[in-house]
Amino acid sequence: MSLVAAERIKLFSTRSPWWCALVAIALPIGFAALLASQGGDEVPLTVGTTQAANGLGRAVIMVMAALAITTEYRFGTIRSTFQATPNRVSALLAKTAVVTTLAAVIGELVAFGSWAVCRWIKPEADLALDTADDWRSVAGVGLVFALTAVLALGVGILVRQTAGAVALLLVYSQLVEGLVTLIPRIGDDIHQWLPFFAADQFIGNDASGQPPRDLPLSPWGYLAYFAVIAVAVLAVAIITANRRDA
Amino acid sequence: MTLLATERIKLFTTRSPWWSTVLALGVTVGLATMVGLTHDGPRPLTLTQTQFGTQFGLMVILVMAALAVTTEYRFATIRATFQAIPNRTAALLAKTTVVALLATVLGEIAAFGSWAAAKITATNTDLALTTADDWRRVAGTGLVYGIAAVMAVAVGILVRQSAGAISVLLIWVMLVENLVGLIPRVGADIQEWLPFIAVQRFLGNPGPDAVLGPWASLAYFAGVTAVLLVAALGSAAKRDA
Amino acid sequence: MIEATGLTKHYGRTVAVDHLSFTVEAGRVTGFLGPNGAGKSTTMRMVLGLDRPTSGDVRIDGKHYRDLKLPLTTVGALLDAKWVHPNRSARAHLRWLAKATKLPRKRVDEVLDLVGLGSVANKNAGGFSLGMSQRLGIAAALLGDPKVLLFDEPVNGLDPEGILWIRRFMHRLAAEGRTVFVSSHLLSEMAQTAQDLVVIGRGKLIYQGTVSDFVENATENTVLVRSPELTRLADLLRADGVQVVEDGDSIRVANLASSAIGELAAAHRIVLHELNPQLGSLEEAFIQLTGESVEYHAHDKEPTA
Repeated sequence: MSLVAAERIKLFSTRSPWWCALVAIALPIGFAALLASQGGDEVPLTVGTTQAANGLGRAVIMVMAALAITTEYRFGTIRSTFQATPNRVSALLAKTAVVTTLAAVIGELVAFGSWAVCRWIKPEADLALDTADDWRSVAGVGLVFALTAVLALGVGILVRQTAGAVALLLVYSQLVEGLVTLIPRIGDDIHQWLPFFAADQFIGNDASGQPPRDLPLSPWGYLAYFAVIAVAVLAVAIITANRRDA
Repeated sequence: MTLLATERIKLFTTRSPWWSTVLALGVTVGLATMVGLTHDGPRPLTLTQTQFGTQFGLMVILVMAALAVTTEYRFATIRATFQAIPNRTAALLAKTTVVALLATVLGEIAAFGSWAAAKITATNTDLALTTADDWRRVAGTGLVYGIAAVMAVAVGILVRQSAGAISVLLIWVMLVENLVGLIPRVGADIQEWLPFIAVQRFLGNPGPDAVLGPWASLAYFAGVTAVLLVAALGSAAKRDA
Repeated sequence: MIEATGLTKHYGRTVAVDHLSFTVEAGRVTGFLGPNGAGKSTTMRMVLGLDRPTSGDVRIDGKHYRDLKLPLTTVGALLDAKWVHPNRSARAHLRWLAKATKLPRKRVDEVLDLVGLGSVANKNAGGFSLGMSQRLGIAAALLGDPKVLLFDEPVNGLDPEGILWIRRFMHRLAAEGRTVFVSSHLLSEMAQTAQDLVVIGRGKLIYQGTVSDFVENATENTVLVRSPELTRLADLLRADGVQVVEDGDSIRVANLASSAIGELAAAHRIVLHELNPQLGSLEEAFIQLTGESVEYHAHDKEPTA
């Protein structure tokens, strides 16, 4: 627990996590407010559409998580960390716990904040969380944010460079997965096994507007799949960090 | 000319332009090759399909151009630069020019490379560049990369931080501009005037009812970039290095 | 006690540390000397478990650093004063280190006062001068009240006031009976602080022992002699195969104890006006020993006879 407390102090004693948290929460909720306030009656507002912009928050969380570890390498504090805690696995897992928890909290704030702001702007819309699916697509955002943070930390530990890690994460999640679908014949089959596609399937927010396809996994199956990939990347990263010179 | 030479040396003596080149060209042309290899069916491969990967190259260019200036701030070499060349506007313009030229060259190689790779690997296609529109859609990539690099340099000068500049650029291009379209009623109209949507019109086939034609779209993109660059140069000249 | 046996570190093809074995005795100040690039920092990083030795081993009180429980309570170190997040306050930097070491929060303020940073504790470390950063680094090293302390070039780049402060601090730590292992490329600096020396060049051990032995063994001893019968004495010495250099109204006798010269003179009834053993400076000794192992040579030295 003292390691977790140390990492908590470390994270919150610099400005960037605060800024990231603020932007990660404000951007999607602001967007949701725009969606609700500009929408006429022709397009009904659903629980799913209130979550249309949470990808913005997730992108910022990726940046925050990557920064949390890459700045340690950049400023050399990783050496102090490993001096104080030579068991690198524990030190890095403590950091993961802190960053992941923060990401989960931000995710829930984004999800319920977006949902609440839409309800407030459009009280007449049917936004009650009636079904388990409704709950999954709102409350599930926290889980996705947390696992995204795990993945981003893993990439950050491996790459060690802020610019590289941030660029890699953003370009991969926002562009590369989408480009894969453009490969004829095999593109779609590959795409449905890519991690961020899996994460989107769990929340059930498909912004592409395409008819649902026959997917190999259920929403919870996709979450588990995303979790396995995130944890695998982190595991490889921690093993690497444990072996190499700090 | 001396300034340009100085900036050229500075850029090419670090690693980032080299891996940017490898990534931008490798992934772009690689994707076109895959498209060409996997393509079959009755419909011939289109020019658009060969150019999918240039989107990825564009992101690499944005990152590379932003880093070219933010790393100067990070390692404080910007002070050495401004000591050597007290006219900051001239120094930064020289840097912008060098980065933009590299980006333009990379854009042309990426675009024609992708086109050639798809043409060689795909059967059942001719992919001839016959019309002026065809040429614009391939050769235009170089212009887009060049201008986009200028925009990224401008954002880099304004933000001065690698992580910040890269995040702002990438999240804007890949997420914000797309999400704007989701806003009911006004979203689509606003989206027409966003800079990278304009780029898509220039590299695509806009219909006759588009708000701007292809070349006007490029001019608009260049205009937005120019405004950002002027703002960046103005603030760099005023603030402490 | 720090014990290194056969410590070796390769970076690709470069051999940074080459089969280095030495001991740092408990309760003494040991200087770690070598020219820049000799492998001092690499060795220190291996002591702290930050870099993995290619081969060989280094232990602190018989244990690997990685096996120490709450290591900051056993070993404190200052390797690079700039290893702090520029946007984190000095106090926050020490607070997380204290947390990770299970130390009470008041210990943070104690060490801050100890190094004289109490008044700027809430300022961001990025705005600190080098001297202040160095003090913060020392505060971090002392946080766990460790018996063993490692400092890598602690006076590098400091102004005279800062150097004096660090030097006094080292003396104080030594007086408290702590084991101090401090690296430097300046021998004169070490002569003021250290009792023992470990000298390396190009990653290899050159000398291990006390400072005084080092000076005695490594310096070329000459004796300055003045006498009214200088020529006769010089001839007698030369006849015994002793090297003599004439120097105005005196001669310098190499590698012969002053007592032997005195006895020789007495046997031949020669009056001596002066018989003065000359000790070579530490710097000369150091350069003589490490001269061949300086990594980046300036080729301007005369060949030695």
